[in-house]
Amino acid sequence: MIAKDTKCRHGLDKVNDKLLATINGDNAGLADEIAALTRKKVTKPTILVGTGTCGLAAGAGATLTKINSYLEGKKIDADVIEVGCVGLCAVEPTIEVQMPGKTRVTFQKATADTVEAIMDGCMSGNIPAETVFGQVRDDSQESYAGMPYVDEHPFMAMQQRLVLANCGSIDPTRIDEYIAGGGYQAFAKVLKMERADVCEEVLKSGLRGRGGGGFPTGQKWKFALNAEASQKYMVCNADEGDPGAFMDRAVIEGDPHKLLEGMAIGAYAIGATKAYCYLRAEYPLAIERFEEAIKQAHAWGLLGKNIMGTGFDLEIVIKKGAGAFVCGEETALIHSIEGKRGMPRPRPPFPAISGLFGKPTVVNNVETFANLANIINKGANWFASIGTDNSKGTKVFALSGKINRTGLVEVPMGTALRDIIFNIGGGIQNDRQFKGVQIGGPSGGCIPTQHLDIEIDYESLKTVGAMMGSGGLVVMDEDTCMVDVAKFFMDFIQRESCGKCIPCREGTRRMLEILERITHNRGSESTDEETLARFKGIMYIERLAEVIKDTSLCGLGQTAPNPILSTLRWFRDEYEAHIYDRKCPAGACKSLLTYEISAEECKGCTICAKKCPVGAIEGSVKEPHVINMDKCIACGTCIDVCKFNAVKVG
Amino acid sequence: MSTQVNEVLKQYPNAGRDSLIPILQDIQELDGYLSREAVIAVGEHLNLPASKIFGVATFYNQFTFEAQGKFHIQVCRGTACHVKGSLSVLEALEKECGCGAGKTSADGLFSIEVVACIGACGLAPVISINGEFYAAMDSTKVKEVIAGYRGKESA
Repeated sequence: MIAKDTKCRHGLDKVNDKLLATINGDNAGLADEIAALTRKKVTKPTILVGTGTCGLAAGAGATLTKINSYLEGKKIDADVIEVGCVGLCAVEPTIEVQMPGKTRVTFQKATADTVEAIMDGCMSGNIPAETVFGQVRDDSQESYAGMPYVDEHPFMAMQQRLVLANCGSIDPTRIDEYIAGGGYQAFAKVLKMERADVCEEVLKSGLRGRGGGGFPTGQKWKFALNAEASQKYMVCNADEGDPGAFMDRAVIEGDPHKLLEGMAIGAYAIGATKAYCYLRAEYPLAIERFEEAIKQAHAWGLLGKNIMGTGFDLEIVIKKGAGAFVCGEETALIHSIEGKRGMPRPRPPFPAISGLFGKPTVVNNVETFANLANIINKGANWFASIGTDNSKGTKVFALSGKINRTGLVEVPMGTALRDIIFNIGGGIQNDRQFKGVQIGGPSGGCIPTQHLDIEIDYESLKTVGAMMGSGGLVVMDEDTCMVDVAKFFMDFIQRESCGKCIPCREGTRRMLEILERITHNRGSESTDEETLARFKGIMYIERLAEVIKDTSLCGLGQTAPNPILSTLRWFRDEYEAHIYDRKCPAGACKSLLTYEISAEECKGCTICAKKCPVGAIEGSVKEPHVINMDKCIACGTCIDVCKFNAVKVG
Repeated sequence: MSTQVNEVLKQYPNAGRDSLIPILQDIQELDGYLSREAVIAVGEHLNLPASKIFGVATFYNQFTFEAQGKFHIQVCRGTACHVKGSLSVLEALEKECGCGAGKTSADGLFSIEVVACIGACGLAPVISINGEFYAAMDSTKVKEVIAGYRGKESA
């Protein structure tokens, strides 16, 4: 095994020096080292533990401790490596075990109490089947007879993992593993190319911004390259603020060098010597991993002055985001890096002409950067052969909500939504009915059952009133109230509105109020004015939404009404049920529920009458009680306290 | 003003405006919150009026101006968590801890912060207490977890 020595460039030992040479295609005499680093050949049991944020949340920390104590107790010499997550959230924590000469096996739900059985099984060769997710296909290794393969599992079978390729199988703290797997070759290659050719190659590949806007990346770069300036900046937007998206976190935690290489390629292409990574503070592990990656790249001479003797200088600095959704907008993000309030400004001038500190700046998303090494290595034509006419490559989706297999899914553009939800995701939890899926976070829209066959790309989503966004897919079933979902997003947006322009600041607040009124019990309306306000709100909500969309300053405001517009478009009947029938069909809007006490089942214990906060329940001891609906505020306390299940909800 | 604030400022010699947010983040990490004195000291260091600094600090959700509890609870209110019932998790937490969202309990033990998304959507609803994650929460589990922390404290 190669020494874990990355002190400084000139301090690299001979093997690492040779390894560094492989970046330029010189593989002489390193076959054994590369085989070891890429785990084609392991000499002792190797255990990979997924300790990304979601793995830790599922108990991977305890699993890791248990594995170490098991190995110590049995005096087994093994390598235990912490890796990022594979994206199999539903079966976390996951571990992988590779015995010498054998294929690697992925274990699911490997909590601390199953560790012993798994490890005993691996050591004896008699692996308990129920703990296995699958074995990783590798023809150079001996496979386990009768064990299913990971790539045949329905969650994996339709996926094409390019961005996530290394996540979960590479040690994110080791640059040598990344290089042994072909890392930084793309960076070395572009350093020998003309800048304009790099931009052209990326443009030709058809890569579009993965942060949601879908602007051609190569085009953006060309603008910045052609702008005359003494200093240019490359910025990585890793502020993944869309609730429901976590692919960027997974990439940075699991394969930080992939992002770093992408940023370096981009910085070279536009002629930037300084790059910033705006990484949200809510992702402490991602920050730690990326800091480590930057340090290593410096030690290996892949960052800093005169990189690989080409005269190109590059520094990458991490800026921690401070928790403002609007900072996902590029001009707001730039203000935030400058130490100001993260408020957007009108464009033009576009950042590519005048951005950070007034200099040409390109802002790209993590996933966009993570695609670059592949494009350079395999060529624009290869990349352009994946996907649809106007949307090339793959897209990572974060699948969550009421679905059986939550997790990270990377599929070619143009994959049918139905396949993602029902084949990969395994359908809806508890055999409930699918109702809709929210795509693109608060700025996106809901897609209903009748459009499940849509083939996802940037354009097709727009036809159904949604947008790609960053690729969060939150699945909803019949128990989810779409009015409540719209209200949830409005609440989020109005809190996150930066307050600079009036349509967004005032409009989103008013829209939230309208939704609150229609999801509230009428008992809460004490005056006629309030009733009138509810009526007016219903009449004007669509118009208000259109005005906000047309007149807001930035992307956040312009897309703020989307949750309402898209739920109104596809689930109008639910709004009508709330408004006309005062009922929530999904039973989610608590305040609209009606409560009744069954005279047969009520024993007259009086507990409900005593606990009712508004004194709406009347009745004598040992006599059936009744609820006065005029006073009831539908808080549900009576249900909670009744020992006889006599309170019925309608 | 604590000596810690001075220590932070020393690490940013000749700092410009773009160091403001990192400085505030470092102070909050050490002190748990931004005190009035700390903000004024930062202003003197960066040659900026305190009002500008409050303007920036109040803009971002990360900064708080009240001391946090011994156990700081982050409740994820992202979409996936919402769909899976994070509101009732938050309500249960408020009841168990005896303080509302954004506040610190009277005994100084707990403080609750609502965050937009922790990024563990596959395991929703999620909360994190002093950096330790708890997945697939519901009101019963909240009771157990909080009782556990209380137990630890009185033990």
